[in-house]
Amino acid sequence: MTFSADKSILYKKFYREIYRIRRVEEEIARIYPTDKIKSPVHLSIGQEAVSVGVCQALRPDDIVFGTYRGHAMYLAKGGDLRGMIAELYGKSTGCAKGIGGSMHLIDTNHGIMGTSAIVGTTIPLAVGYAYGLKLNQKDSIAVSFFGDGAVDEGAFHESLNYAALKKLPVLFVCENNLYAIHSHHLQRHHSDNITERARSYGMPAKRIEDGDVFKIYDFVKATVEKMRAGSCGPVFLECVTCRWKEHVGPCDDFHLGYRSEEEVAAWKRKDSLSSLGSLLESDIRNKIELAVASEITDAFKFAEESLFPEPERLYHYLFKE
Amino acid sequence: MPRILKYPDAICEALEQEMSRDPSVIVLGQGVDDPKAILGTTKGLVEKFGSERVSDTPLAEDGMTGVAIGAALAGLRPIHTHIRMDFVLLAMNQIINMAAKMHYMFGGAVYIPIVIRSIIGKSWGQGAQHSQSIYPMLMNIPGLKIVAPSTPYDVKGGLIQSLRDNNPVVFIEHRLLYYQKGHVPEESYTIPFGKARVLARGSHITLVGISHMAVECLRAQRYLKEVGIEAEVIDPVSLSPLDIDTILASTLKTKKIIVVDNSWITCGAGAEIIAQLTEKNHENKGIVFRRMGFAFVPCPTTPALENSFYPNAKTIASTAYEMIYGKKDSWTPDAELTIEEVEFKGPF
Ligand SMILES: Cc1ncc(C[n+]2csc(CCOP(=O)(O)OP(=O)(O)O)c2C)c(N)n1
Ligand SMILES: [Mg+2]
Repeated sequence: MTFSADKSILYKKFYREIYRIRRVEEEIARIYPTDKIKSPVHLSIGQEAVSVGVCQALRPDDIVFGTYRGHAMYLAKGGDLRGMIAELYGKSTGCAKGIGGSMHLIDTNHGIMGTSAIVGTTIPLAVGYAYGLKLNQKDSIAVSFFGDGAVDEGAFHESLNYAALKKLPVLFVCENNLYAIHSHHLQRHHSDNITERARSYGMPAKRIEDGDVFKIYDFVKATVEKMRAGSCGPVFLECVTCRWKEHVGPCDDFHLGYRSEEEVAAWKRKDSLSSLGSLLESDIRNKIELAVASEITDAFKFAEESLFPEPERLYHYLFKE
Repeated sequence: MPRILKYPDAICEALEQEMSRDPSVIVLGQGVDDPKAILGTTKGLVEKFGSERVSDTPLAEDGMTGVAIGAALAGLRPIHTHIRMDFVLLAMNQIINMAAKMHYMFGGAVYIPIVIRSIIGKSWGQGAQHSQSIYPMLMNIPGLKIVAPSTPYDVKGGLIQSLRDNNPVVFIEHRLLYYQKGHVPEESYTIPFGKARVLARGSHITLVGISHMAVECLRAQRYLKEVGIEAEVIDPVSLSPLDIDTILASTLKTKKIIVVDNSWITCGAGAEIIAQLTEKNHENKGIVFRRMGFAFVPCPTTPALENSFYPNAKTIASTAYEMIYGKKDSWTPDAELTIEEVEFKGPF
């Protein structure tokens, strides 16, 4: 352990965060068949511990960049829930005014610089942001979230090289859920060596294999302290994890046969949410769960009752005034 | 009884027949061998032809395009598949700087028989990065052939022709064309590039629709018929080379033309077609031109705005009506649900 904070406070916080993201996405999955959300949804269910472990160790003024599988990162970093649900509904009150949908969440007030539907595109953006932070002598850091599929892309390698070269304060977080859609990463990579490859560019790199939210938190907490102190340069973290649902959409996908039910069941058995839950007194848990439930009810009601954008909004945001 | 096939099944049949005929044809691309098989279009290929000829790739669009070019130099005929046309943007360097140039730049010493296959997305919140249709950018590049068939017949014949062509061919499908059904002969056949297809005959106005917009034009033609207007509908099928003569002949007959792009209007196929018509028709015989296409913004996801982003059969029909009867006399057909609206429930 590299920190000495009161564990029980952390248990509570982490449980709340993971539970909240899980429940939000379960609610999205429940609503989806009504066709009210006309937006492709890439659920993070099963992967929440990565976003929570990382973002709990960040400060509000740290900046995150992510992918279309971005609900967990958005919520973990403090993104506005009402704005997110309204965005999925295509309403003008959404975090991107209904124009972006589920794949393009943003909340700059909370350091969320946007998610992209083109794999690998936000990795260099995080590096560039870190460049800006360094030039402006800020002690906040940039974090880039991406999947194992993004590791295949040239932009990934170009970004790591440049970040190391310029010793930029950027934390790379690879959420390795082993698949890019249905393609296993060993069908796309010669070896299981993402961290070694990152290290070869000239940065410390760590792999956490079991999705343990505390291990992720501890590592990031210690790392960002060093990064803030300056001169440490970029750091790479690979978190092995598991997407429980299909690549896109609200259902399971075991019928496709590209992975086994057992493979996912093994991850479900070590789910951070249930292990954290078992550490809490039931009345504490109940209180958290009730508060989350009412927040979610409120957010969906807000989205339902919000208006669609007016037709003239079509041309509104093309250029900055 | 004509044999009726769906658009994706016609694609799959073309791949299967051409791979059987020519062992040098190989299929590359993200997900080509996966359980969903690119919306069914590569179904059964890996089982039949093996994983050396049908293979998944890393997410490395530009690099893999280069690999396809290299394989073509070694005598193979690769077809590289992208499930969205937006991902072709990552491969522009190899497509434009290498594939399109090599035969010319090396004085004919080598040639590059590759096919770059991609699907344009639309609707269900595909949004700014999953709905682009970048054929106008590619039409600007010499050395590429560009095909975007709208019918099951042409998609099969066009794909076989693309695989036999000795040059880089950009082969463009549209997600919503996957609901089209039509006559597709069982045997292998090709259609010639540079030959437009007249989908409906008429003498009052010419409607040219690119890719899925050909379907919208045909719907508009049916609406217009109800008010006594006979529209001629043309699908150029191949955009590069472009069969301007068929379009010119029709326009000289009807004196009115709308070109409906499946992309932004600016520098689009419509701009090119109308410029060529103008150049060819020196005395300008009183022809009225109109271009339609995407609103000049990135595609929004919310249905509230997405609907007005795209032209559709209604807006095409009312524009045609106005061109014939003048502004004061406007008319819009009653809306009717399209097969896509009924069947396409996302997400991709
Ligand atoms: C450049 C690019 N290529 C292909 C795609 C299609 N695509 C969307 S998600 C995806 C898989 C990405 O996998 P990974 O990075 O591991 O993220 P995960 O979905 O597992 O979270 C692919 C291939 C894309 N969006 N962008
Ligand atoms: Mg993955």
